[in-house]
Amino acid sequence: MATEAHDAAAGAHGAGEAVGMPQLDISTWPNQIFWLLVTLVAIYLIVTRVAVPRIGAVLAERRGTITNDLAAAEELKLKATEAEAAYNEALATARAEAAKIVAAAKAEIEADLAKATAKADADIEAKAAVSEQRIAEIRAGALESVTEVAKDTAKELVSVLGGKADARSITAAVTARMKG
Amino acid sequence: MSEGASTGFQIHPMDQFIVKPLFGGDHIAWYTVTNVTLWMAIAVVVIAALLMLGTRRRAIVPSRSQSVAELLYGFIHNMVEEVTGHDGVKYFPYVMTLFLFILFSNLLGLLPMSFTTTSHVAVTMTLAMLVFVGVTVLGFVKNGIGFLSMFWVSSAPLVIRPILAVIEVISYFVRPVSHSIRLAGNLMAGHAVIKVIAGFATLAVASPVIVGAVTAIYALELLVACVQAYVFTILTCVYLRDAVGGAHH
Amino acid sequence: MEGDIAEMGKYIGAGLAAFGLGGAGIGVGNIAGNFLAGALRNPSAAASQTANLFVGIAFAEALGIFSFLIALLLMFAV
Repeated sequence: MATEAHDAAAGAHGAGEAVGMPQLDISTWPNQIFWLLVTLVAIYLIVTRVAVPRIGAVLAERRGTITNDLAAAEELKLKATEAEAAYNEALATARAEAAKIVAAAKAEIEADLAKATAKADADIEAKAAVSEQRIAEIRAGALESVTEVAKDTAKELVSVLGGKADARSITAAVTARMKG
Repeated sequence: MSEGASTGFQIHPMDQFIVKPLFGGDHIAWYTVTNVTLWMAIAVVVIAALLMLGTRRRAIVPSRSQSVAELLYGFIHNMVEEVTGHDGVKYFPYVMTLFLFILFSNLLGLLPMSFTTTSHVAVTMTLAMLVFVGVTVLGFVKNGIGFLSMFWVSSAPLVIRPILAVIEVISYFVRPVSHSIRLAGNLMAGHAVIKVIAGFATLAVASPVIVGAVTAIYALELLVACVQAYVFTILTCVYLRDAVGGAHH
Repeated sequence: MEGDIAEMGKYIGAGLAAFGLGGAGIGVGNIAGNFLAGALRNPSAAASQTANLFVGIAFAEALGIFSFLIALLLMFAV
Protein backbone atom coordinates (compact mmCIF):
# COMPACT_ATOMS: atom_id res chain seq x y z
CA MET A 1 0.00 0.00 0.00
CA ALA A 2 2.71 2.36 1.01
CA THR A 3 4.77 1.57 -2.06
CA GLU A 4 1.79 2.14 -4.26
CA ALA A 5 1.22 5.58 -2.78
CA HIS A 6 4.85 6.37 -3.17
CA ASP A 7 4.81 5.31 -6.77
CA ALA A 8 1.75 7.43 -7.38
CA ALA A 9 3.36 10.43 -5.75
CA ALA A 10 6.58 9.89 -7.62
CA GLY A 11 4.68 9.72 -10.88
CA ALA A 12 2.85 12.92 -10.11
CA HIS A 13 5.51 15.34 -11.25
CA GLY A 14 6.28 13.30 -14.31
CA ALA A 15 2.99 12.92 -16.11
CA GLY A 16 0.97 15.63 -14.37
CA GLU A 17 -1.82 13.22 -13.48
CA ALA A 18 -4.17 14.00 -10.63
CA VAL A 19 -2.69 11.52 -8.26
CA GLY A 20 -1.52 11.78 -4.70
CA MET A 21 -0.49 14.85 -2.84
CA PRO A 22 2.54 16.60 -4.29
CA GLN A 23 3.14 18.00 -0.82
CA LEU A 24 3.95 14.56 0.52
CA ASP A 25 6.44 13.74 -2.22
CA ILE A 26 9.54 13.61 -0.08
CA SER A 27 11.85 13.70 -3.09
CA THR A 28 11.12 17.37 -3.71
CA TRP A 29 11.63 18.47 -0.10
CA PRO A 30 15.39 19.16 -0.17
CA ASN A 31 14.87 21.33 -3.22
CA GLN A 32 12.08 23.35 -1.60
CA ILE A 33 13.90 23.70 1.70
CA PHE A 34 17.08 24.83 -0.03
CA TRP A 35 15.32 27.49 -2.09
CA LEU A 36 13.26 28.56 0.90
CA LEU A 37 16.41 29.18 2.92
CA VAL A 38 17.94 31.14 0.04
CA THR A 39 14.75 33.20 -0.20
CA LEU A 40 14.60 33.85 3.52
CA VAL A 41 18.20 34.99 3.60
CA ALA A 42 17.53 37.33 0.69
CA ILE A 43 14.44 38.81 2.35
CA TYR A 44 16.27 39.05 5.65
CA LEU A 45 19.06 41.01 4.00
CA ILE A 46 16.57 43.32 2.30
CA VAL A 47 14.76 43.88 5.57
CA THR A 48 17.80 44.49 7.75
CA ARG A 49 20.02 46.32 5.27
CA VAL A 50 17.48 48.53 3.59
CA ALA A 51 13.98 48.52 4.96
CA VAL A 52 14.49 48.79 8.69
CA PRO A 53 17.09 51.57 8.62
CA ARG A 54 15.24 53.54 5.98
CA ILE A 55 11.75 53.23 7.34
CA GLY A 56 12.98 53.62 10.89
CA ALA A 57 14.80 56.81 9.92
CA VAL A 58 11.79 58.13 8.05
CA LEU A 59 9.47 57.40 10.94
CA ALA A 60 11.88 58.95 13.45
CA GLU A 61 12.29 62.00 11.23
CA ARG A 62 8.56 62.31 10.81
CA ARG A 63 8.06 61.98 14.55
CA GLY A 64 10.71 64.66 15.04
CA THR A 65 9.06 66.93 12.52
CA ILE A 66 5.68 66.41 14.10
CA THR A 67 7.10 67.08 17.56
CA ASN A 68 8.80 70.23 16.31
CA ASP A 69 5.66 71.36 14.57
CA LEU A 70 3.65 70.73 17.66
CA ALA A 71 6.15 72.67 19.76
CA ALA A 72 6.07 75.53 17.28
CA ALA A 73 2.30 75.44 17.27
CA GLU A 74 2.30 75.48 21.06
CA GLU A 75 4.63 78.46 21.05
CA LEU A 76 2.51 80.29 18.52
CA LYS A 77 -0.56 79.53 20.56
CA LEU A 78 1.15 80.95 23.63
CA LYS A 79 2.08 84.04 21.66
CA ALA A 80 -1.45 84.39 20.44
CA THR A 81 -2.74 84.12 23.99
CA GLU A 82 -0.27 86.77 25.08
CA ALA A 83 -1.27 89.04 22.24
CA GLU A 84 -4.88 88.54 23.10
CA ALA A 85 -4.21 89.44 26.72
CA ALA A 86 -2.33 92.57 25.66
CA TYR A 87 -5.11 93.49 23.31
CA ASN A 88 -7.69 92.99 26.00
CA GLU A 89 -5.68 95.12 28.39
CA ALA A 90 -5.33 97.89 25.83
CA LEU A 91 -9.00 97.67 25.12
CA ALA A 92 -9.86 97.96 28.79
CA THR A 93 -7.54 100.94 29.20
CA ALA A 94 -8.99 102.64 26.17
CA ARG A 95 -12.46 101.97 27.41
CA ALA A 96 -11.68 103.47 30.83
CA GLU A 97 -10.08 106.48 29.18
CA ALA A 98 -13.07 106.95 26.96
CA ALA A 99 -15.41 106.70 29.92
CA LYS A 100 -13.38 109.28 31.75
CA ILE A 101 -13.45 111.63 28.78
CA VAL A 102 -17.14 111.10 28.34
CA ALA A 103 -17.75 111.85 32.01
CA ALA A 104 -15.64 115.01 31.88
CA ALA A 105 -17.35 116.20 28.76
CA LYS A 106 -20.72 115.48 30.26
CA ALA A 107 -19.87 117.40 33.42
CA GLU A 108 -18.62 120.35 31.40
CA ILE A 109 -21.63 120.35 29.19
CA GLU A 110 -23.89 120.11 32.18
CA ALA A 111 -22.14 123.01 33.86
CA ASP A 112 -22.38 125.10 30.67
CA LEU A 113 -25.95 124.14 30.31
CA ALA A 114 -26.75 125.09 33.89
CA LYS A 115 -25.03 128.41 33.43
CA ALA A 116 -26.80 129.09 30.20
CA THR A 117 -30.09 128.03 31.70
CA ALA A 118 -29.59 130.30 34.66
CA LYS A 119 -28.69 133.20 32.38
CA ALA A 120 -31.63 132.53 30.16
CA ASP A 121 -33.90 132.31 33.18
CA ALA A 122 -32.61 135.64 34.43
CA ASP A 123 -33.07 137.27 31.01
CA ILE A 124 -36.52 135.85 30.71
CA GLU A 125 -37.42 137.06 34.16
CA ALA A 126 -36.11 140.52 33.41
CA LYS A 127 -37.88 140.64 30.11
CA ALA A 128 -41.06 139.36 31.71
CA ALA A 129 -40.86 142.08 34.36
CA VAL A 130 -40.40 144.77 31.73
CA SER A 131 -43.23 143.37 29.73
CA GLU A 132 -45.50 143.18 32.73
CA GLN A 133 -44.70 146.75 33.56
CA ARG A 134 -45.46 147.77 30.04
CA ILE A 135 -48.61 145.76 30.00
CA ALA A 136 -49.65 147.41 33.22
CA GLU A 137 -48.84 150.82 31.74
CA ILE A 138 -50.71 149.99 28.60
CA ARG A 139 -53.60 148.69 30.59
CA ALA A 140 -53.63 151.81 32.74
CA GLY A 141 -53.32 153.96 29.62
CA ALA A 142 -56.08 152.06 27.98
CA LEU A 143 -58.33 152.36 30.97
CA GLU A 144 -57.73 156.05 31.11
CA SER A 145 -58.42 156.50 27.42
CA VAL A 146 -61.52 154.34 27.71
CA THR A 147 -62.75 156.62 30.52
CA GLU A 148 -61.94 159.65 28.44
CA VAL A 149 -63.64 158.24 25.36
CA ALA A 150 -66.63 157.23 27.43
CA LYS A 151 -66.92 160.67 28.93
CA ASP A 152 -66.62 162.31 25.54
CA THR A 153 -69.09 159.95 23.99
CA ALA A 154 -71.47 160.35 26.87
CA LYS A 155 -71.21 164.18 26.63
CA GLU A 156 -71.74 164.09 22.90
CA LEU A 157 -74.67 161.72 23.27
CA VAL A 158 -76.23 163.86 25.96
CA SER A 159 -75.74 167.03 23.96
CA VAL A 160 -77.12 165.44 20.84
CA LEU A 161 -80.10 164.28 22.73
CA GLY A 162 -80.61 167.90 23.77
CA GLY A 163 -79.56 167.70 27.33
CA LYS A 164 -77.02 169.79 29.01
CA ALA A 165 -74.27 167.72 30.21
CA ASP A 166 -72.62 168.65 33.29
CA ALA A 167 -69.16 167.27 33.45
CA ARG A 168 -69.27 166.18 37.03
CA SER A 169 -72.26 163.90 36.81
CA ILE A 170 -71.03 162.34 33.61
CA THR A 171 -67.71 161.56 35.17
CA ALA A 172 -69.45 160.01 38.12
CA ALA A 173 -71.71 157.95 35.89
CA VAL A 174 -68.86 156.72 33.71
CA THR A 175 -66.77 155.84 36.71
CA ALA A 176 -69.72 153.92 38.16
CA ARG A 177 -70.16 152.03 34.85
CA MET A 178 -66.50 151.33 34.51
CA LYS A 179 -66.41 149.77 37.87
CA GLY A 180 -69.51 147.80 37.18
CA MET B 1 -7.53 7.09 -7.04
CA SER B 2 -7.34 7.20 -10.79
CA GLU B 3 -10.97 6.24 -11.15
CA GLY B 4 -12.18 9.73 -10.15
CA ALA B 5 -10.02 11.18 -12.89
CA SER B 6 -11.20 8.87 -15.63
CA THR B 7 -14.94 9.22 -15.09
CA GLY B 8 -17.02 12.33 -15.60
CA PHE B 9 -15.29 15.58 -14.73
CA GLN B 10 -11.62 16.04 -15.34
CA ILE B 11 -10.79 17.84 -12.14
CA HIS B 12 -7.24 17.72 -10.93
CA PRO B 13 -7.25 19.94 -7.87
CA MET B 14 -3.80 18.80 -6.76
CA ASP B 15 -2.00 19.38 -10.05
CA GLN B 16 -1.33 22.99 -9.17
CA PHE B 17 0.92 21.92 -6.32
CA ILE B 18 3.26 19.77 -8.37
CA VAL B 19 6.89 20.78 -8.20
CA LYS B 20 8.34 20.86 -11.72
CA PRO B 21 11.83 21.62 -12.94
CA LEU B 22 11.77 24.80 -14.97
CA PHE B 23 14.31 23.74 -17.57
CA GLY B 24 13.21 20.24 -18.43
CA GLY B 25 14.29 16.95 -16.96
CA ASP B 26 12.55 14.82 -14.38
CA HIS B 27 15.04 14.61 -11.62
CA ILE B 28 14.75 17.17 -8.84
CA ALA B 29 17.99 17.55 -6.95
CA TRP B 30 18.30 20.00 -4.06
CA TYR B 31 19.75 22.67 -6.37
CA THR B 32 17.41 22.21 -9.34
CA VAL B 33 15.70 25.38 -10.47
CA THR B 34 12.00 24.60 -10.19
CA ASN B 35 8.76 26.51 -10.13
CA VAL B 36 9.32 26.79 -6.38
CA THR B 37 12.46 28.75 -7.14
CA LEU B 38 10.65 30.91 -9.66
CA TRP B 39 7.81 31.91 -7.36
CA MET B 40 10.03 32.45 -4.36
CA ALA B 41 12.22 34.66 -6.54
CA ILE B 42 9.14 36.59 -7.64
CA ALA B 43 8.20 37.05 -4.00
CA VAL B 44 11.69 38.37 -3.26
CA VAL B 45 11.51 40.73 -6.22
CA VAL B 46 8.11 42.06 -5.15
CA ILE B 47 9.25 42.55 -1.57
CA ALA B 48 12.43 44.25 -2.75
CA ALA B 49 10.43 46.51 -5.06
CA LEU B 50 8.10 47.49 -2.26
CA LEU B 51 10.72 47.99 0.41
CA MET B 52 13.57 49.39 -1.66
CA LEU B 53 11.94 51.29 -4.49
CA GLY B 54 8.98 52.40 -2.42
CA THR B 55 11.11 53.95 0.28
CA ARG B 56 13.73 55.25 -2.15
CA ARG B 57 12.89 58.89 -1.64
CA ARG B 58 12.58 58.68 2.17
CA ALA B 59 9.83 61.26 2.00
CA ILE B 60 8.40 62.79 5.15
CA VAL B 61 5.07 62.81 3.40
CA PRO B 62 5.06 59.28 1.97
CA SER B 63 4.11 58.21 -1.53
CA ARG B 64 1.59 55.42 -1.95
CA SER B 65 4.08 52.54 -2.01
CA GLN B 66 6.10 54.07 0.79
CA SER B 67 3.06 54.24 3.01
CA VAL B 68 2.32 50.58 2.29
CA ALA B 69 5.87 49.71 3.35
CA GLU B 70 5.53 51.88 6.44
CA LEU B 71 2.18 50.32 7.23
CA LEU B 72 3.65 46.81 7.11
CA TYR B 73 6.62 47.93 9.16
CA GLY B 74 4.48 49.63 11.78
CA PHE B 75 2.02 46.75 11.90
CA ILE B 76 4.65 44.11 12.60
CA HIS B 77 6.67 46.38 14.86
CA ASN B 78 3.63 47.08 17.03
CA MET B 79 2.73 43.41 17.09
CA VAL B 80 6.21 42.36 18.21
CA GLU B 81 6.36 45.08 20.81
CA GLU B 82 2.87 44.38 22.10
CA VAL B 83 3.14 40.60 22.31
CA THR B 84 6.76 39.98 23.24
CA GLY B 85 7.34 43.14 25.22
CA HIS B 86 10.19 45.57 24.91
CA ASP B 87 12.86 42.87 25.04
CA GLY B 88 11.48 41.20 21.94
CA VAL B 89 11.84 44.20 19.63
CA LYS B 90 15.37 43.22 18.63
CA TYR B 91 13.97 40.09 16.97
CA PHE B 92 11.72 42.26 14.84
CA PRO B 93 13.69 41.73 11.57
CA TYR B 94 13.28 37.94 11.81
CA VAL B 95 9.56 38.24 12.39
CA MET B 96 9.29 40.80 9.61
CA THR B 97 11.11 38.44 7.24
CA LEU B 98 8.75 35.58 8.02
CA PHE B 99 5.70 37.79 7.70
CA LEU B 100 6.73 39.32 4.39
CA PHE B 101 7.62 35.96 2.87
CA ILE B 102 4.37 34.31 3.93
CA LEU B 103 2.16 37.25 3.02
CA PHE B 104 3.62 37.72 -0.43
CA SER B 105 3.80 34.01 -1.15
CA ASN B 106 0.14 33.67 -0.20
CA LEU B 107 -0.91 36.65 -2.29
CA LEU B 108 1.22 35.68 -5.31
CA GLY B 109 -0.21 32.19 -5.07
CA LEU B 110 -3.63 33.63 -5.73
CA LEU B 111 -2.60 34.74 -9.20
CA PRO B 112 -4.01 32.41 -11.81
CA MET B 113 -1.55 29.75 -13.04
CA SER B 114 0.82 30.56 -10.22
CA PHE B 115 2.44 28.22 -7.75
CA THR B 116 1.79 28.65 -4.04
CA THR B 117 5.03 27.95 -2.24
CA THR B 118 3.45 28.25 1.21
CA SER B 119 0.98 25.48 0.40
CA HIS B 120 3.80 22.97 0.68
CA VAL B 121 4.34 21.28 3.98
CA ALA B 122 8.07 21.21 3.36
CA VAL B 123 8.17 25.00 3.18
CA THR B 124 5.88 25.74 6.12
CA MET B 125 7.48 23.00 8.20
CA THR B 126 10.86 24.58 7.61
CA LEU B 127 9.49 27.98 8.60
CA ALA B 128 7.89 26.52 11.72
CA MET B 129 10.98 24.55 12.65
CA LEU B 130 13.11 27.68 12.28
CA VAL B 131 10.82 29.37 14.78
CA PHE B 132 10.66 26.32 17.04
CA VAL B 133 14.39 25.67 17.13
CA GLY B 134 15.16 29.36 17.34
CA VAL B 135 12.78 29.89 20.25
CA THR B 136 14.02 26.82 22.11
CA VAL B 137 17.68 27.76 21.70
CA LEU B 138 16.96 31.34 22.61
CA GLY B 139 15.01 30.26 25.68
CA PHE B 140 17.89 28.15 26.95
CA VAL B 141 20.44 30.83 26.17
CA LYS B 142 18.44 33.54 27.91
CA ASN B 143 17.04 31.63 30.86
CA GLY B 144 19.43 28.69 31.16
CA ILE B 145 17.92 25.59 32.62
CA GLY B 146 15.18 27.80 34.09
CA PHE B 147 13.50 27.69 30.70
CA LEU B 148 12.23 24.25 31.66
CA SER B 149 10.17 25.81 34.47
CA MET B 150 7.78 26.79 31.68
CA PHE B 151 6.52 23.21 31.76
CA TRP B 152 6.12 23.12 35.52
CA VAL B 153 2.92 25.09 36.12
CA SER B 154 3.57 26.48 39.58
CA SER B 155 0.12 27.99 39.91
CA ALA B 156 -1.56 24.57 39.72
CA PRO B 157 -2.05 22.20 42.68
CA LEU B 158 1.00 20.02 43.30
CA VAL B 159 -0.85 16.79 42.55
CA ILE B 160 -1.74 17.60 38.99
CA ARG B 161 1.51 19.38 38.17
CA PRO B 162 3.23 16.28 36.72
CA ILE B 163 0.25 15.60 34.50
CA LEU B 164 0.21 19.20 33.39
CA ALA B 165 3.92 19.01 32.75
CA VAL B 166 3.41 16.07 30.40
CA ILE B 167 0.64 17.93 28.61
CA GLU B 168 2.75 21.07 28.38
CA VAL B 169 5.69 19.16 26.96
CA ILE B 170 3.47 17.49 24.38
CA SER B 171 1.84 20.76 23.42
CA TYR B 172 5.26 22.37 23.16
CA PHE B 173 6.46 19.75 20.71
CA VAL B 174 3.23 19.82 18.75
CA ARG B 175 3.63 23.55 18.17
CA PRO B 176 5.66 23.32 14.96
CA VAL B 177 3.22 20.77 13.57
CA SER B 178 0.12 22.90 14.09
CA HIS B 179 2.08 26.03 13.20
CA SER B 180 3.05 24.65 9.81
CA ILE B 181 0.07 22.49 8.91
CA ARG B 182 -2.28 25.38 9.63
CA LEU B 183 -0.67 27.54 6.99
CA ALA B 184 -0.14 24.82 4.41
CA GLY B 185 -3.55 23.26 5.07
CA ASN B 186 -5.45 26.50 4.75
CA LEU B 187 -3.81 27.45 1.51
CA MET B 188 -3.92 24.01 0.00
CA ALA B 189 -7.56 23.52 0.93
CA GLY B 190 -8.52 26.95 -0.40
CA HIS B 191 -6.75 26.47 -3.70
CA ALA B 192 -8.08 22.95 -4.10
CA VAL B 193 -11.63 24.17 -3.41
CA ILE B 194 -11.28 26.85 -6.07
CA LYS B 195 -10.01 24.26 -8.53
CA VAL B 196 -12.77 21.78 -7.72
CA ILE B 197 -15.50 24.36 -8.04
CA ALA B 198 -13.97 25.77 -11.20
CA GLY B 199 -13.91 22.24 -12.58
CA PHE B 200 -17.69 22.10 -12.38
CA ALA B 201 -17.82 24.97 -14.86
CA THR B 202 -17.39 22.37 -17.61
CA LEU B 203 -21.13 21.93 -17.20
CA ALA B 204 -22.33 24.84 -19.34
CA VAL B 205 -25.57 25.19 -17.39
CA ALA B 206 -23.81 25.62 -14.11
CA SER B 207 -21.06 27.92 -15.28
CA PRO B 208 -22.69 31.29 -14.42
CA VAL B 209 -23.21 30.11 -10.86
CA ILE B 210 -19.69 28.70 -10.79
CA VAL B 211 -18.18 32.00 -11.85
CA GLY B 212 -19.94 33.69 -8.95
CA ALA B 213 -18.92 30.99 -6.53
CA VAL B 214 -15.28 31.09 -7.62
CA THR B 215 -15.29 34.86 -7.25
CA ALA B 216 -16.69 34.59 -3.73
CA ILE B 217 -14.20 31.93 -2.71
CA TYR B 218 -11.39 33.89 -4.29
CA ALA B 219 -12.34 36.86 -2.11
CA LEU B 220 -12.40 34.58 0.90
CA GLU B 221 -8.98 33.22 -0.06
CA LEU B 222 -7.64 36.76 -0.26
CA LEU B 223 -8.76 37.24 3.31
CA VAL B 224 -7.37 33.87 4.34
CA ALA B 225 -4.01 34.69 2.75
CA CYS B 226 -3.67 37.81 4.89
CA VAL B 227 -5.12 36.28 8.04
CA GLN B 228 -2.89 33.22 7.87
CA ALA B 229 0.20 35.37 7.44
CA TYR B 230 -0.96 37.38 10.44
CA VAL B 231 -1.69 34.26 12.49
CA PHE B 232 1.66 32.68 11.69
CA THR B 233 3.43 35.88 12.68
CA ILE B 234 1.51 36.45 15.87
CA LEU B 235 2.03 32.84 16.95
CA THR B 236 5.74 33.34 16.31
CA CYS B 237 5.56 36.35 18.60
CA VAL B 238 3.69 34.36 21.25
CA TYR B 239 6.29 31.60 21.16
CA LEU B 240 9.03 34.19 21.24
CA ARG B 241 7.51 35.67 24.37
CA ASP B 242 8.00 32.36 26.15
CA ALA B 243 11.69 32.48 25.38
CA VAL B 244 12.28 36.18 25.94
CA GLY B 245 9.96 36.84 28.84
CA GLY B 246 10.89 33.64 30.70
CA ALA B 247 8.38 31.32 32.24
CA HIS B 248 5.16 33.14 32.73
CA HIS B 249 1.82 32.15 31.38
CA MET C 1 -10.55 -7.60 -3.55
CA GLU C 2 -8.61 -7.23 -0.38
CA GLY C 3 -7.07 -4.08 -1.75
CA ASP C 4 -10.48 -2.71 -2.59
CA ILE C 5 -11.67 -3.13 0.97
CA ALA C 6 -8.56 -1.44 2.27
CA GLU C 7 -9.13 1.38 -0.24
CA MET C 8 -12.72 1.72 0.91
CA GLY C 9 -11.63 1.81 4.53
CA LYS C 10 -9.18 4.59 3.72
CA TYR C 11 -11.79 6.76 2.11
CA ILE C 12 -14.33 6.11 4.84
CA GLY C 13 -11.70 6.91 7.44
CA ALA C 14 -10.74 10.11 5.66
CA GLY C 15 -14.37 11.15 5.53
CA LEU C 16 -14.82 10.43 9.20
CA ALA C 17 -11.68 12.36 10.05
CA ALA C 18 -13.10 15.34 8.22
CA PHE C 19 -15.81 15.52 10.88
CA GLY C 20 -13.16 16.89 13.19
CA LEU C 21 -13.13 20.08 11.18
CA GLY C 22 -16.72 20.66 12.20
CA GLY C 23 -15.53 20.81 15.80
CA ALA C 24 -12.91 23.34 14.84
CA GLY C 25 -15.62 25.34 13.09
CA ILE C 26 -17.75 25.31 16.25
CA GLY C 27 -14.77 26.37 18.31
CA VAL C 28 -13.76 29.20 16.02
CA GLY C 29 -17.35 30.39 15.78
CA ASN C 30 -17.65 30.29 19.54
CA ILE C 31 -14.54 32.38 20.01
CA ALA C 32 -15.50 34.91 17.35
CA GLY C 33 -19.06 35.16 18.66
CA ASN C 34 -17.98 35.66 22.22
CA PHE C 35 -15.44 38.21 21.12
CA LEU C 36 -18.14 40.10 19.25
CA ALA C 37 -20.49 39.95 22.24
CA GLY C 38 -17.77 41.29 24.50
CA ALA C 39 -16.71 43.89 21.97
CA LEU C 40 -20.25 45.19 21.69
CA ARG C 41 -20.48 45.55 25.45
CA ASN C 42 -17.18 47.32 25.73
CA PRO C 43 -16.12 48.56 22.29
CA SER C 44 -13.23 50.58 23.69
CA ALA C 45 -11.47 47.44 24.90
CA ALA C 46 -12.06 45.50 21.68
CA ALA C 47 -9.18 46.88 19.65
CA SER C 48 -6.59 45.82 22.21
CA GLN C 49 -7.90 42.26 22.24
CA THR C 50 -7.89 41.44 18.53
CA ALA C 51 -4.46 39.82 18.89
CA ASN C 52 -5.86 37.51 21.56
CA LEU C 53 -8.83 36.82 19.32
CA PHE C 54 -6.59 35.62 16.53
CA VAL C 55 -4.38 33.58 18.84
CA GLY C 56 -7.46 31.90 20.28
CA ILE C 57 -8.86 31.21 16.84
CA ALA C 58 -5.50 29.79 15.77
CA PHE C 59 -5.35 27.44 18.74
CA ALA C 60 -8.91 26.30 18.25
CA GLU C 61 -8.28 25.79 14.57
CA ALA C 62 -5.09 23.81 15.24
CA LEU C 63 -7.04 20.82 16.52
CA GLY C 64 -9.29 20.87 13.48
CA ILE C 65 -6.20 20.97 11.34
CA PHE C 66 -4.96 17.78 12.95
CA SER C 67 -8.04 15.96 11.77
CA PHE C 68 -7.61 17.52 8.35
CA LEU C 69 -4.07 16.20 8.40
CA ILE C 70 -5.28 12.74 9.36
CA ALA C 71 -7.79 12.84 6.51
CA LEU C 72 -5.11 13.85 4.04
CA LEU C 73 -2.72 11.20 5.29
CA LEU C 74 -5.42 8.54 4.96
CA MET C 75 -6.29 9.71 1.48
CA PHE C 76 -2.84 10.06 0.05
CA ALA C 77 -0.12 8.66 2.26
CA VAL C 78 -1.36 5.43 3.84
